[in-house]
Amino acid sequence: MSAGKEAARAAILARVRASLGRGPGEAARPDELARRLAGGRPNLIPARSRVGAEERLALFVRMAEEVAASTVRCASPDEVPGAVGAFLAGHNLPSELVMAPEVEGYPWHAAPTLTLRKGRASKDDLTGLTGAFAGIAETGTLMMVAGPKSPTTLNFLPDNHVVLLPTGRIFGAYEEAWAELRRQSPRRPPTTVNFITGPSRTADIEQTMQLGAHGPRRLHIILVGPDAPPGEAPPGEEG
Amino acid sequence: MERTSHAFKESAVRALQDATLQMALGNMRVGFVGKRQKARERLPEFERLCDLARDIKDHTLKHLDFYLEAFEARVKAQDGEVHWCRTPAEARQVILEICQRVEARTVTKGKSMIAEEIALNEFLEANGIEPVETDLGEYIIQLAHEPPSHIIAPAIHKTREQVSDLFFEHHRQYGKTRRLDETRALVDEARQVLRPKYVAADVGITGANFLVAETGSVVIVTNEGNSDLTRTLPKVHIVTASIEKLVPNVEDVWTILRLLARSATGQELSTYTTFASGPRQEGELDGPGEFHVVLLDNGRSDVLGTEFQDILRCIRCAACINHCPVYRAVGGHAYGWVYSGPMGAVLTPMLIGIEEAGHLPNASTFCGRCEAVCPMRIPLPRMMRHWREREFEGGHSPPTFRRGIKLWAWLARHPRLYGPVMALAIGLMARLAGRRRRFRVLPLAGGWTGSRDFPAPEGQRFMAMWRARRAARGGP
Ligand code: SF4
Repeated sequence: MSAGKEAARAAILARVRASLGRGPGEAARPDELARRLAGGRPNLIPARSRVGAEERLALFVRMAEEVAASTVRCASPDEVPGAVGAFLAGHNLPSELVMAPEVEGYPWHAAPTLTLRKGRASKDDLTGLTGAFAGIAETGTLMMVAGPKSPTTLNFLPDNHVVLLPTGRIFGAYEEAWAELRRQSPRRPPTTVNFITGPSRTADIEQTMQLGAHGPRRLHIILVGPDAPPGEAPPGEEG
Repeated sequence: MERTSHAFKESAVRALQDATLQMALGNMRVGFVGKRQKARERLPEFERLCDLARDIKDHTLKHLDFYLEAFEARVKAQDGEVHWCRTPAEARQVILEICQRVEARTVTKGKSMIAEEIALNEFLEANGIEPVETDLGEYIIQLAHEPPSHIIAPAIHKTREQVSDLFFEHHRQYGKTRRLDETRALVDEARQVLRPKYVAADVGITGANFLVAETGSVVIVTNEGNSDLTRTLPKVHIVTASIEKLVPNVEDVWTILRLLARSATGQELSTYTTFASGPRQEGELDGPGEFHVVLLDNGRSDVLGTEFQDILRCIRCAACINHCPVYRAVGGHAYGWVYSGPMGAVLTPMLIGIEEAGHLPNASTFCGRCEAVCPMRIPLPRMMRHWREREFEGGHSPPTFRRGIKLWAWLARHPRLYGPVMALAIGLMARLAGRRRRFRVLPLAGGWTGSRDFPAPEGQRFMAMWRARRAARGGP
């Protein structure tokens, strides 16, 4: 850092401390601050999502559809290629897709009409296909985590976004899904985590809602797995 | 941007006479208020969350030095950079240096009130760099060369017809020569025009809703997805944020996020909530190569520990603005700077000085709606009163007003004189007002009687009436 920038930093911190009436490093209760800095303790999780697995799944679907996402159920991964094809056909979309490497393991050979390209999205891609780290029932929200197998551009550039979400990955609240992320990535958070609730929208012209402002116009969620996901507790939660 | 806060009264009068503006403002009356109310009712924990949110921010502000340093350490450990800036000038310089180092010709921008506060666009343009606003509302007002008139709906003062005219005029250069009437078509055309700009931009600049000390994350909330394209596609991502955006941890973010969208637009959650925690890592297929957080103070550190500290809890949800009868009558531009409505009336004098913005704290009917709907429980009317006191103490109010108040104050401190003088004045006024019991004109009170009558007093002082009443009831 240059001398000027170092001076600005020191001046701001000094000013903050002077206004708070404290000397440097003089924190009131250091252990309380350290505890809060570590995170991991939810403040208040609304009752809405504290329900069993079946109701949680139903809540997820209801909330996602309320914000104009569409959903469909597939009992097993074998049904997924057909469901993707049906979505494309239903909207008269070409059968080319750009796909996140994380979902290449699905039995795509079963749908030879689909043309799949693996990688990040370019501005001309019409439909993107990704997985999701988790679903959050409270608001029908998808949690997308960037990584070598899950590029972020797929969530935003294509006009249509198709998401494959295993039903066992649906959590009640955001905090529960983030706790799972902390477990998987304890050293640091991933570069980018996107929480997505419905397709892109704007009301900037005369307060009239329009879908597809800059991100996808359509968000289609394919729920993969048995009707009732196993276990009553959210995945990742002990007991 | 040009500041016209000192001319609030004149601007407000003009706004009230502007038929197009009044039509545009009419749209917000139906939208925000009812939707917020519904969203609030759907979440029984709403009020408890407000208390928690207030406590989280109070705690953070009380230990702001600690959390700022912790945040900086995390960002650095994750290959990002934090740039501390005391003033708008320092912030602009830091941003320009980054842009020049990577030889940026265009930058895309997500909505950022801090970028407005430091007047970044004009500065970049003056230095040969083209800023492209990507939030639809911001894009519209950029074409119109106007400042935002609302912190979450910057083009709320524009009618669809005006947007249509702007696009017709400016989109010709892209071969779009048809005049469009439908909102859908206008949104689509903006999308098509902006798409190549995202890809071509060398630097993306966004705002921040929260800075998270625990994870070194910047949290960015939008409905359009424009800030995510702005972050992800260019080589460099610059975040502009002010120091009070800190919160301790991720759980704290979610507590406050449960209030933000509900208070703002009545949504359960905004469409996109992004935690950005540094540049692209080894092996990732996209994301920015550099990550910079420009941390602006601009007088906020001076506000800590004062009677105005509570405004630093503000999360810019705009609920106070949407519920303000003054804002709804005159719109945002009358406030003359970046922030408007009740939060603007408190914040603007703090950031640009009470001499410049002295009228704003008076732009209130003290109806109290703003405080009642503020999810961060900020006592806005009380703070406006504090500014009025300071304005008076600092000698910024008009001389006739000051002389009147001083005379009254002197009388009030001399009860033996106060009684008889007031009795005389009241009796005189009651007789002068005549049978209508109202004044159309009153010397020295033109500000009041210009738009409404002044009611005549009852003919007796309150204390005299009180005593008479007690005596009649036989009380002590
Ligand atoms: S003062 Fe309160 S209501 Fe107004 S924008 Fe800030 S947080 Fe929202």
